[in-house]
Amino acid sequence: MAVDLAGAPLRSPVMTASGCAAAGRELDAFTDVAALGAVVTKSVMLAPRSGRPTPRMAETPAGMLNSIGLQGGGVDALVEHDLPWLAERGATAVVSVAGGDPEEFAEVARRVVGAPGVAALEVNISCPNVANRGLVFACDPASSAAVLGAVRAAVGDDVVLLAKLSPDVTDLVGIARACLEAGASGLTAINTLLGVDVDVRTMRPRLAVTTGGLSGPAIRPVAVRCVWQLRAAMLAGLLPQAPVVGTGGVASGADALQLLLAGASAVQVGTAVFADPTTPGRVAEELAAMLAERSFASVAEAVGYAHRP
Amino acid sequence: MSPEVGGPPRGPGEGDVVGDEAVPPAGAVSERARVVSAEPVGAYARLVLAAPGAAASARPGQFAACSTGDTGMLLRRSFSISSADPAAGELVLVVAAAGPGTARIAALRAGDELPVLAPLGRPFALPPAGEGVVLVGGGYGAAPLAWLGAALRARGSAVDLVVGAGDSCRLLAQDTPAGTPSAPVDRVHVATEDGSAGVRGRVTDVLAGLLAEPAAGRRHVFACGPMAMLRAVHEVAAAAGAATQLATEESMACGIGVCMTCVLPVVGEDGATRMVRACTEGPVFAGDRLRWDAIGAPAPQRPAGVGARVPADAVGAPSPVPPAGGDAVQPGSVAGPATGARS
Repeated sequence: MAVDLAGAPLRSPVMTASGCAAAGRELDAFTDVAALGAVVTKSVMLAPRSGRPTPRMAETPAGMLNSIGLQGGGVDALVEHDLPWLAERGATAVVSVAGGDPEEFAEVARRVVGAPGVAALEVNISCPNVANRGLVFACDPASSAAVLGAVRAAVGDDVVLLAKLSPDVTDLVGIARACLEAGASGLTAINTLLGVDVDVRTMRPRLAVTTGGLSGPAIRPVAVRCVWQLRAAMLAGLLPQAPVVGTGGVASGADALQLLLAGASAVQVGTAVFADPTTPGRVAEELAAMLAERSFASVAEAVGYAHRP
Repeated sequence: MSPEVGGPPRGPGEGDVVGDEAVPPAGAVSERARVVSAEPVGAYARLVLAAPGAAASARPGQFAACSTGDTGMLLRRSFSISSADPAAGELVLVVAAAGPGTARIAALRAGDELPVLAPLGRPFALPPAGEGVVLVGGGYGAAPLAWLGAALRARGSAVDLVVGAGDSCRLLAQDTPAGTPSAPVDRVHVATEDGSAGVRGRVTDVLAGLLAEPAAGRRHVFACGPMAMLRAVHEVAAAAGAATQLATEESMACGIGVCMTCVLPVVGEDGATRMVRACTEGPVFAGDRLRWDAIGAPAPQRPAGVGARVPADAVGAPSPVPPAGGDAVQPGSVAGPATGARS
């Protein structure tokens, strides 16, 4: 089940998704984090951050909205407390970095690089819950390129950088191209979709800040579509060749296999962890069995297989 | 974290940064429980579950996160554990059907399966042996109080149990045995708002009377129920000089500390306010640590009494000053004002 992600060796194609596993410690009681491809840590910014008011969560059909607002202790706490724990545990970390501007992204990345056990950085240009959410970087090619360029310049050529994309765009391939040309080694698709849920009893939005990111099985077809589009663009020569990490609504081995067949080289399990923290391990087991049943000798053979003529 | 009862009350965020403190209790397990029996209790359903892993270490105040099966709803529903019997391997839950997910769990029958994650959260911290305690439960919030009372009485505390609800159907634990040497509590007091059982009024009316009795030595109040009741209980207790431990009921997605949806503004040992997870650092909080000025505070487009705002002095709170460099919020932004959270 080992995979190579733009030069980052992972022991499995199944990771956690950012924001859905904290920094792995809480999950370890229920799923062996050292057996996962990686623990993708919750997006971290430079300073401690309180997040947004509550309610921060609204359950919706086959999914949920969240408006956490990147609550966390800041990058120095992550580097000092969480990454050493993951390394000691034998787990591989992919650190999701965020910022309010390209310089903050770059500084956060600079402080993470070199920590033990970090296989890659995921650059979260698509969080819908950052303060200036009118300016989600991933909705604009130039803003996306500015962030990826700043991070690449800060970390040097050898660090694997994944750009996390938003599905809430009109030209996904154009934004992906901007990210890859600015220095991304690969792409993660997708972040949540922006949504609103109105409580018909109070006749008010259910989230304190009105909007939140939609995740869960409800968005899986959107994730599969985005991965498919990126793969198709690469096959057509419209996008540089680069690995894609698929995420969105993965709760089973079949979900993970769909994303691989559509073109993902690895997958992330997100919201399903909230429903059942044993899910990542189960998804990996189910995926291994399904690949074997279909006579794939490696994960790589299945990647993009649904695009075959 | 030790689930052991009897230690000093543990404040949230003791000297640690957010995100680095509480992990699920060492005893938390994921298991497929079997329903041993299910029976209605007033407006609620009482489920006895064969869940030996969870029952082994559960303490009063901890909760169980239960799957809603094939309802199409993703997230578990959390219930305070009503009691646990490690020898029998059984957990008891009292379930109020509030929506389709909880209705599904309330409709389970003997022999059905129920995936549970338990025990989660921090239990009540038992006070020094012999100190008098008043337990206060609103509606199904009274579920764990007889169990808690037994633990307290075993340590020599005198225990008064106050249960209340809007009406008699929504009372729970009003029939708790009392007064005998083996009973879990010394006395039971009942209040209903419509007067259909016990005294007409609220639990806080009864509580105020108990705390006003001279020389009764009631120094602690432990309460479970809706946030508005917890606030009122804390105000009454604080005015009488009694310490409170309050089991909160925040809406949560995961129950194990990874999703950050269930946070409350809480003052830590270091005096700093943080948004802390009710699932792992609670659900039981010392009442004097909760930032009541921010909990249930009205906000634009939000009814008063719902949720909590982030106090301006909380660690990592948005700065009121826009960030330098002019990342002004764009016209048409759906999310309201920029909060300038850098710095």
